[in-house]
Amino acid sequence: MGFHRINLTINGELEQVDVPANMTLLELLRESLALTGTKNGCAAGECGACTVMINGEPVNSCLVLAVECAGAEIITVEGLARDSQLDAIQKAIIDAGGVQCGYCTPGILITSRALIDRNPHPSEADIREALVGNLCRCTGYVRIIEGIQEASRM
Amino acid sequence: MGNRITQTEVPKPVGESKPRLDAREKVTGAAIFADDIQFGNALLHARILRSPHPHALITSIDTSQAEALPGVKAVVTGQDFPGYIGLYLLDRHIFCRDRVRYVGDPVAGVAAISEAIAEKALELIEVEYEVLEPVLDGEYGASPDSTVIHPALAEYKAASFILPQPGTNISNYFKIRKGDVEQAWGRCAAIVERKYRIPHIQHVPIETHVAIAQADETGKVTLWGNSQSPFAQRNLIAQALGISQSDMRVIAPYVGGGFGSKAGVSMESLAVAIATRVKGRPVKLVLTREEEFYTAFVRQGLIAYFKMGCSEDGRLVAMENRFYWDAGAYTEYGVNITRASGYSSSGPYEVPNVKTDSYCVYTNHPVGGPMRGFGMPEMHAGLEQCIDELALQIGMDPVEFRRINCLKDGSILVTGSQMHPTGLSQCLEKTAEAIAWGHKALPSAPNKRRGKGLALMWKAPAMPPNAGSSAWVELTEDGRVAVGVGGQDLGQGAFTVMAQLAAGALGVPYEWVKVSTPVDTRYSPYEWQTVASRLTWSMGNAVVNAARDARRQILDMTAEAWGEDPDKLDIIDGMVVSYSSEREVPLKDIVIYGLPKPDNRGWIGGPVIGRGKFMPDYVTGLDPETGQGERAVVHYTTGAQAVELEVDLDTGQIEIIRGAAAFDVGKAINPEMVKAQIEGGFVQGMSSALFECMQLKDGVMQNPSFVDYRIATSCDIPEGIKTMIVEVPQDDGPWGARGVGEHSMVPTVPAIANAIYDAIGIRFEGPPFTAEKVYLAMLEAGIIT
Repeated sequence: MGFHRINLTINGELEQVDVPANMTLLELLRESLALTGTKNGCAAGECGACTVMINGEPVNSCLVLAVECAGAEIITVEGLARDSQLDAIQKAIIDAGGVQCGYCTPGILITSRALIDRNPHPSEADIREALVGNLCRCTGYVRIIEGIQEASRM
Repeated sequence: MGNRITQTEVPKPVGESKPRLDAREKVTGAAIFADDIQFGNALLHARILRSPHPHALITSIDTSQAEALPGVKAVVTGQDFPGYIGLYLLDRHIFCRDRVRYVGDPVAGVAAISEAIAEKALELIEVEYEVLEPVLDGEYGASPDSTVIHPALAEYKAASFILPQPGTNISNYFKIRKGDVEQAWGRCAAIVERKYRIPHIQHVPIETHVAIAQADETGKVTLWGNSQSPFAQRNLIAQALGISQSDMRVIAPYVGGGFGSKAGVSMESLAVAIATRVKGRPVKLVLTREEEFYTAFVRQGLIAYFKMGCSEDGRLVAMENRFYWDAGAYTEYGVNITRASGYSSSGPYEVPNVKTDSYCVYTNHPVGGPMRGFGMPEMHAGLEQCIDELALQIGMDPVEFRRINCLKDGSILVTGSQMHPTGLSQCLEKTAEAIAWGHKALPSAPNKRRGKGLALMWKAPAMPPNAGSSAWVELTEDGRVAVGVGGQDLGQGAFTVMAQLAAGALGVPYEWVKVSTPVDTRYSPYEWQTVASRLTWSMGNAVVNAARDARRQILDMTAEAWGEDPDKLDIIDGMVVSYSSEREVPLKDIVIYGLPKPDNRGWIGGPVIGRGKFMPDYVTGLDPETGQGERAVVHYTTGAQAVELEVDLDTGQIEIIRGAAAFDVGKAINPEMVKAQIEGGFVQGMSSALFECMQLKDGVMQNPSFVDYRIATSCDIPEGIKTMIVEVPQDDGPWGARGVGEHSMVPTVPAIANAIYDAIGIRFEGPPFTAEKVYLAMLEAGIIT
């Protein structure tokens, strides 16, 4: 299978990688770049655990081919904190008690960061709707929603 | 204070809602889960060839073509591994040898240099089957007419309290014979008789099962996996492979949700078995989401018959129950779920006459395992609806009926022993008040009907009588504390609670305590398993004992060095202080290097390491004919839930408006984390009530994806879930604590079912109460046209 050389920005850093045509963005992140914070929950775009931002939009990275990301700007969960300072959403989710097993957490953080970036003061209904593609089996979503509301007030 | 051993007051930070120890790692992506561990290019990828038939004999397997495929490093079949494996009943081989018993049963395994090559190799394995009649119903499976799935049942090894019935499909039969049920029916003013059918569901952790195994030339084996039971895996896999437990090492990083599915041994033994054929190379097996749905453990199906009667004044007089558990092809835990549902079969009520027959039945369905609640959600689903029906039949309010009959301190239990102090009545009152019981609110629209429902629950940790915990507490050069445990954090917050208990028992700030993770059976102390909501209580006791042991060592050493009475010394905020001399010294100065002797001629003390253990020593057996005994279990956690909901007459859709829940946790070590468990359990229970069902057709799951097997999303949850904590202390829990992780899902289905009845007057044979099912039932009942 042919390899393609692409340039893309991941968490603010320019990367040049050679990717096979059938490699997904999720595989590129986890297997080639050791950015294992992004999780694989179903590999079918149904659970949201692998959500990353591509040019500001939350996307299931298991459904995107790496070659499609040439020139794109990718943000993963590893890119949310800056200089060891947590992002407001990371902090608010911790304070609200919205973390349990933590497996859905990276995807939820990315989805909610993207939400607040485009809608700084989302209503509870906005938050619920934004999160509908991010499955969580532990928390019942209650504290996640509270945390995002709190973060949007910061 | 000053009492160096007993510490009767509740010390900080016990009872405070401290932030989770693992939260920062988990929000930054730094937390390492099994699939995140890097093994370099030595790593091999495993895939499993699985049975396409629910029941068949294997007549031949030819692996030669697969073995010849470049990149394939090993192909294994059942012929390579003759040993049996199982927790309570050793009823399965790692790979099938002569017979397959469910769709998905592992027949062969391949390790190759890539997943794609491993997949390709599976296609090259030729298996011939002789298809047999499948058993697809638990009740039928228990009958003498049924095909027998395990003809060698008589030869399987079983725990002493498991009673298989050779020559049948019944892998355990548990009976209660209390009082005289036959004679009691005549004294009943009302009798309810119902049948309920609870479907198979799946745990659906967002992280699927992952195992990486590596064997070396000396026969030692290491397994990395997302495990709830590292020590049980060490024990069972070592036994099955015929190696020493001391040569088997299990390393268990963070678990991305378990709910029971990652307890005991399931696919891990496959990875280990394959790894023994490619020594030196790590072999990784990751279940796809589809495999997770029906080859990992599922929650067993249940067919339950209830008959119960009460007197005119609303006192429960008799119950007669028959449970047929559809345990699937093998029974890692099912046999004990059958037993637990038997010894809890009265529900949380005092009933003088009870007859119960609980059967664990082999079928050709996916393998039943433990799932949050361990049989209690399934059993309560029907039982708590019958209680409502009985109350309504004699014209009594269901809350009043429960008030009269629910267990109180000293009530005689279904097994003949006495109930310990319990806050069940308080849970009932608080929940009823929170949902405004008795006040009927108007529907939000003309095409909606509104209803309220409530249910109680009880559940004991179901485990062997002597399941043990151990812990150590060590201090570092800066006085910080490392706590070693062998139990696991699945998200419930066990590590945080252990840190709080250690900090409180030792006398240091919470922030100083770290839990030594990942759990590694080579270095971590023994823990039976992270199941049964037993860690806060059992492992918590071990941690408190270890911290107190360290505390005693520190105070004795300091007392000797200072020439003082150790009872006049204390540890406060990491400082040893004397109440008599007012001297003080920081822990960091003494916990490694000790203290100079009073005359400066030598040293006292040395590195401090505290050890602690806990094992209940009071659980007795039950009479196999009557199910009666002195003390069947360690304790019961009790609670109540209520919901208010609306049924949409146009669509049949149910919307849960709000929920309320109260549980008696004995003592909340971390109240906000307790509440988080209660919320999460409510939503998981709600999801099982409204959406979840494994559609099994001829043994084949029809809906193994998140699109077709729907779980609750952020848009499905109620506007509010009011969570309340009741604290009636457990006599042998750490500062009175007992578990609550599973309990929060137990009463949800019947609370919702009772509310649906309240809204539209219809009861269903079982969940899920899907819009389609509700709509059709309303049509049939003439509620809509």
